[in-house]
Amino acid sequence: MENKEPLFSAKIKKTFLEPLNINNPITIQILGICSALAVTVKFKPALVMAISVVVVTGFSNLIIALLRNTIPMRIRIIVQLTVIATLVIIVDQILKAFVYDVSKQLSVFVGLIITNCIVMGRLEAFAMANKPWPSFVDGIANGLGYGIILIIVAFFREILGNGTILNEKIIPDFLYNAGYLNNGLVILPPMALIFIGIIIWVQRGVLIKKK
Amino acid sequence: MKWLRNYIDKIKPTFEEGGKLWFLKSTFEAFETFLFTPNKTTQRGAHIRDYVDLKRTMFIVIIALIPSLLFGMFNVGYQYYKAQGISASYLQMFYFGFLKVLPIIIVTYITGLGIEFFFAQIRKHEVNEGFLVTGLLIPLIMPVNVPLWIVAVATAFAVIFGKEVYGGTGMNVFNPALLARAFVFFAYPKVISGDFPWIYNLQNIKVVDGFSGATPLANAAAHQIEKIPDNLTLFIGLIPGSIGETSKIAILLGAFILLFTGVASWRTMISVFVGGIFMSLILNLIGINPYMTISPLTQILMGGFMFGAVFMATDPVTSAQTNTGKYIYGFLIGVLAILIRVLNPAYPEGMMLAILFMNAFAPLIDYYIIQNNIRKRLARTKNATL
Repeated sequence: MENKEPLFSAKIKKTFLEPLNINNPITIQILGICSALAVTVKFKPALVMAISVVVVTGFSNLIIALLRNTIPMRIRIIVQLTVIATLVIIVDQILKAFVYDVSKQLSVFVGLIITNCIVMGRLEAFAMANKPWPSFVDGIANGLGYGIILIIVAFFREILGNGTILNEKIIPDFLYNAGYLNNGLVILPPMALIFIGIIIWVQRGVLIKKK
Repeated sequence: MKWLRNYIDKIKPTFEEGGKLWFLKSTFEAFETFLFTPNKTTQRGAHIRDYVDLKRTMFIVIIALIPSLLFGMFNVGYQYYKAQGISASYLQMFYFGFLKVLPIIIVTYITGLGIEFFFAQIRKHEVNEGFLVTGLLIPLIMPVNVPLWIVAVATAFAVIFGKEVYGGTGMNVFNPALLARAFVFFAYPKVISGDFPWIYNLQNIKVVDGFSGATPLANAAAHQIEKIPDNLTLFIGLIPGSIGETSKIAILLGAFILLFTGVASWRTMISVFVGGIFMSLILNLIGINPYMTISPLTQILMGGFMFGAVFMATDPVTSAQTNTGKYIYGFLIGVLAILIRVLNPAYPEGMMLAILFMNAFAPLIDYYIIQNNIRKRLARTKNATL
């Protein structure tokens, strides 16, 4: 093998860590906002969605990286889409078979992973030019970067909007008796946008300070 | 006042750079300029100094709001005793309302100013005065029954996401006070719609027969036109509603102060009324449901239309800046307010949504007015040189 690079070199580590923070697909590149607004009302769908996207980005990156030298440049988008669509359909079928209720809540948004800019973006920007292993790591990391934001937003939306996490009651009864009310605005999409805005605000604040 | 000046001068060094309390510099400056006109002069460039600076402008608005506030306090007591059929003296009514409204005002100011001071401090800015007016407007557009923690949350939301994210006073796109109300409206609809919020503790008190806490807008939205009070009652304002919006006399008094001192734009104010009357007339012509047949005068006397037109639409920061723009901006607010109110019974208070909506469009209106002006002048110079 010509590749003498160790499996977890510093470069791989960087590939893995960057999308989680300083190159996060949602908060820095502002990609995949649409689904982040739609599926984050409750914690569970957001979690499932995050896992689905991690699987799709990881494996589509891996497959395209394997095929990258054989794909004619002029039809690469079609090949990429075929790979993504196949993976998404597999994920969708698995969700339907094992977690039907969540699959119903996610409805079209699992199918729409195909058009999620993050997946396609990583294929174009990374997998077409890199070896399979780094590409796989990059895909997983970008999926995770997306997933983390989804989960943070969903956590706050479910706890403030419904007083629950994974349908378990978190806010105690005595607070409700004292006059506490669930916030109806948090369940609406605008508030998801504001939550993402807060995350971006905090993140950039911290990043600027570090510089 | 000499001793106060001396005292301030004495403690000043502690807040200067390197002093012990330097991190509180903005707070100190805010209080100093609040008490005395600042004596700082600009170093270069010609500046015209005017005693009517931002703080004084804001104070005129506060003075203009006082009639509405006092009447609102009285009305809270009046409605409370009326609901139970207890006779009470006017002073008693006012005192009761005063005790119920004061906590809302205090909570608003503490939350809002706390956040303002905090942000000014970490940004090393001066504290701006913008919140003085917002802090009084928020209680005036809340129902009296609103829980205080909701007032605090809404104020915090409005100040942080309506103002601070845009860069503070003068930079905001949306009117912060209305944003606070919209927040309550969408987040906690129960406390701000229906028949109960408008009279203090209505759920728990024994009400006399035939008394209902429904506002005129709620009556209209339910198509119970006959239940809407006559125009004179609407004008005087002894009706259920948000604290400051009911009395049109008090609002007109405020409008007079604002227009007389030139603080608010008469262009915006008048065009809001024109827009509202125009839309009501059109709806009168269509007239397919009872709500549409309400006369234009009743329409503009109901709900927060006038309060919005006088105190909210004229907000110099969020309204259109060009003169022609102000006409368009005001007119569309009037049209939309009546349109939302009549055609969407889920949102009885169309004024709030109309103003917020037009706030978003104000920069666009200005942009086209200015571009149009540039084009006209360009054509003129071309013709002149040819």
